Amino acid sequence: MLVNQFLILAAVLFCIGVYGVIARKNAVLVLMSIELILNSVNINLLAFSMRNGSLDGHTFALYIIAIAAAEVGVGLAMVLLMYRNRRSIDLDELSEMKG
Amino acid sequence: MFAEATEVALKSGWFLEHAWVIPVIPALSFFLIIFFGKRMPKKGSEFGVASMLGALVFAGGAAYQWIQRVNGAPEGAFVSPVVKTWTWWQNSGISFGIGQHVDGLTVAILLVVAFISTLVQIYSLEYLRGDRRYTHFFASLTLFSAGMLNMVVAENMIQLILGWEIMGLCSFLLIGHWWEEGANSRAALKAFFTTRTGDIGLLTGTAILFFSANEWTTKTLGVSGFSIRGLSSWALSGDPGHAAITMGAIALFIAAIGKSGQFPLHTWLPDAMAGPTPVSSLLHSSTMVVAGVFLVARLYPVFFKGMDILGGSANFIVVIGGITIVIAALLAFVQTDIKKVLAYSTVSQLGYMMMGLGAGAWLPAVFHIFTHAFFKACLFLGAGSISHSSSHHSFEMKKDMGGLRKFMPITFGTWIISTLALCGVFPFSGFFSKDEIIDNVGHNGYNVFMIVGLAGAFLTAAYMTRATYLTFFGQPRGASAGEHHEEESHNAHATHDDHADHGHDTHDAHDDHASHGPHESGWLITVPLIILATLALGSGFLNAAPFGEKWENFKKWVEPSAEVVSPTGIAYVVGGVGEARVASDTPTDSTVAPTEVATDSEPVAIEDRAVSDSEGEAMPLMAAASGEMEHESPCGTETPEQGVCMAPQIHHAPFKWSKAAMSMLIVLAGFLLSLFMCIQLYEKKNKKFVGLTERNKALGFGYKLLVNKYYLDVLYEKIIVRSIAHPIAGAVYSFNQKVLDGVVNGTGTTAKRIAGWVYRNIDQRVVDGAVNGTGSAAHGAGSALRPVQSGKVNQYGALLFGAAAIGALVLVIVNT
Repeated sequence: MLVNQFLILAAVLFCIGVYGVIARKNAVLVLMSIELILNSVNINLLAFSMRNGSLDGHTFALYIIAIAAAEVGVGLAMVLLMYRNRRSIDLDELSEMKG
Repeated sequence: MFAEATEVALKSGWFLEHAWVIPVIPALSFFLIIFFGKRMPKKGSEFGVASMLGALVFAGGAAYQWIQRVNGAPEGAFVSPVVKTWTWWQNSGISFGIGQHVDGLTVAILLVVAFISTLVQIYSLEYLRGDRRYTHFFASLTLFSAGMLNMVVAENMIQLILGWEIMGLCSFLLIGHWWEEGANSRAALKAFFTTRTGDIGLLTGTAILFFSANEWTTKTLGVSGFSIRGLSSWALSGDPGHAAITMGAIALFIAAIGKSGQFPLHTWLPDAMAGPTPVSSLLHSSTMVVAGVFLVARLYPVFFKGMDILGGSANFIVVIGGITIVIAALLAFVQTDIKKVLAYSTVSQLGYMMMGLGAGAWLPAVFHIFTHAFFKACLFLGAGSISHSSSHHSFEMKKDMGGLRKFMPITFGTWIISTLALCGVFPFSGFFSKDEIIDNVGHNGYNVFMIVGLAGAFLTAAYMTRATYLTFFGQPRGASAGEHHEEESHNAHATHDDHADHGHDTHDAHDDHASHGPHESGWLITVPLIILATLALGSGFLNAAPFGEKWENFKKWVEPSAEVVSPTGIAYVVGGVGEARVASDTPTDSTVAPTEVATDSEPVAIEDRAVSDSEGEAMPLMAAASGEMEHESPCGTETPEQGVCMAPQIHHAPFKWSKAAMSMLIVLAGFLLSLFMCIQLYEKKNKKFVGLTERNKALGFGYKLLVNKYYLDVLYEKIIVRSIAHPIAGAVYSFNQKVLDGVVNGTGTTAKRIAGWVYRNIDQRVVDGAVNGTGSAAHGAGSALRPVQSGKVNQYGALLFGAAAIGALVLVIVNT
């Protein structure tokens, strides 16, 4: 089976995503990185689902796709508001959460 | 006993085998335009035009090789489609593929779509010059064509839905191209939502058909229940239950109603005129709106069985088609916007196609898609040419046009040719398709709908005369004649000569040409018009039934033969007519066939059907008219004993000059009456007719009904949407106000009372002591941890992933 290759691909995508979340300053790129992470999880689910020959993983993956779409919607709305208020989407300039 | 099914190598060719490339080219080009378009010297339009030219070459090659394939096959035999499939998705025994299903219908529509798309893109080079979203316009236009091409080559329903939805999205983008104006973005939304309403039917229908057909198709043909080939043969196999196939067909037809602008979901189509004119042209001639008709033509066996076409009584499709023809044609009379007249005329023509399909006139309906594409594209592009060069981007016929025939001879000539084609005047292409539809509808026993068709022809001639008169005759009005005209009356010749030069020039300094008064458009606009007008005149001769069978090439190439073929897919029965006759004369069949015919056709008291069904007597009559091609196949009426059918047996009406002459007279009457009214109303301002709608109550009522578009928009927006959305909003509000607020307030007062007691007794005495101690401890911890709370999201993310990694590590260690 090709499960290994799928898992490696998923791991690579996950790492790229984590790197993006941590290292990028642009909010949109961070959102895209989050998408990468979610999709790497999807690939994992599908790979195992294929190995086990069941539809469960597919079902989960479909849910994740739907929820990810909603999440991006909310995320982009936040970015948009951020841009309107501050004329910038640089995350480094955002430190209102500072405690 | 069944004639031996033997595989005979049908001719194929590279283009035919690789027809799937045709949608791929524009799809790739879409990405090229999106990513690199803005950096290119022509802002990405070169990718669009080049890809459409490429698709056109491929489609032309496929069409040529398909014709070779048909010509190489024995007369009357079923020419199997060239099918290719790759697995797209599979799991737990469910799978569907992606691929191509190429037969006569496919290559015909592919050719039309690629051709019209190419011309529209060339036209757009000039029409949208300097537009603020030029690159994106070409990207959407290219993807739009890709969607339609993909839908046409689709091997299965899933792929078809993919193309269908791409088109829905792109139509939204293109109609709302100038979204800064509220009306445009509203029109885009309306188009999107209305077609989405129909799309529910597409998904439901596909699901119903899949679950009913999958078992049979997998067993018999080895293909999934999504496959178009599988569904077609399944529908005619006798396997489907009545309820399943009827429900499936109705659901799919609802999708076609939405996409093809049939009554009652036609309201989005005229509003879609808000988009740029090239979009209207493409949308209305060969892509979007034809998709619904194409769906019905593609899965014709399903509709044939599900809707009981040729069953002797009116069915859903023919009724909807008939209603659409008349109501849309009537609406065209009260429009002042030239594009809206054309839009309603499209709706009406789509009604003809649907009516033809619903009445068993498959080939004339498909041929009407073919010819209609050319003359309707030409009319729209002509309207665009007028607004571009003469009327300051206005489409109002009454206010800003008139008398343009002197200024725009090429536009005028092409417009007249296309109008004659649209009205179905004899040597023009519309005659050969529209008249055939009307003729066949009558021949198949749908007499009422034949009259509807003739009435539609009358109305078409009348409203097109009105539009032509208002646009090209009389005196120039408004923007066409406005202040610019007077200003430059002394140097009119100079500017016109200037423009004639510019016509062959680079057009660079040609941006504000609208300010020069009415003149002919540049060659990027007139050349597509001339090509389309030539085809509007000539394309009908591909299937010129009046001149005998030799001229019916389109029929030979496109119509699938209703032979019984072996279920191994590609194989087909050798010998065609002769052998198939022998096959049906063999004992098993001949005992079945006559009794079936007798029981079937006696209760159905329609003579045409009875005649065409009882072989013996009908044969001489039919043969005299249309050669020896007509023979009876069990497909469509009975279950084949062995093997499968791919297409139902349908009959063609013998052509009679007397019938054609009658419809010509009706069209002529339409012309003359409308011309008379136009001259009285607009030229002489005859007191008898002007303001008649205000004086006569019945006419006034009809006029008001038409101006308000039968109040359908009001019904949808004010009544249906409001009756659904408002009660929900109201209920939620009252729930919020009464229940939630009550609970919250109650909780609040209770909590306040408890809190008072707690404060006095516990807080002040017990807690404070502890808190002060904890406070100083927390202060210490807080100042130690403060750097972590940087407020930076990235660092929080790093902490999160670090913690998760440690957690995962712990989990691994614990578990091993």
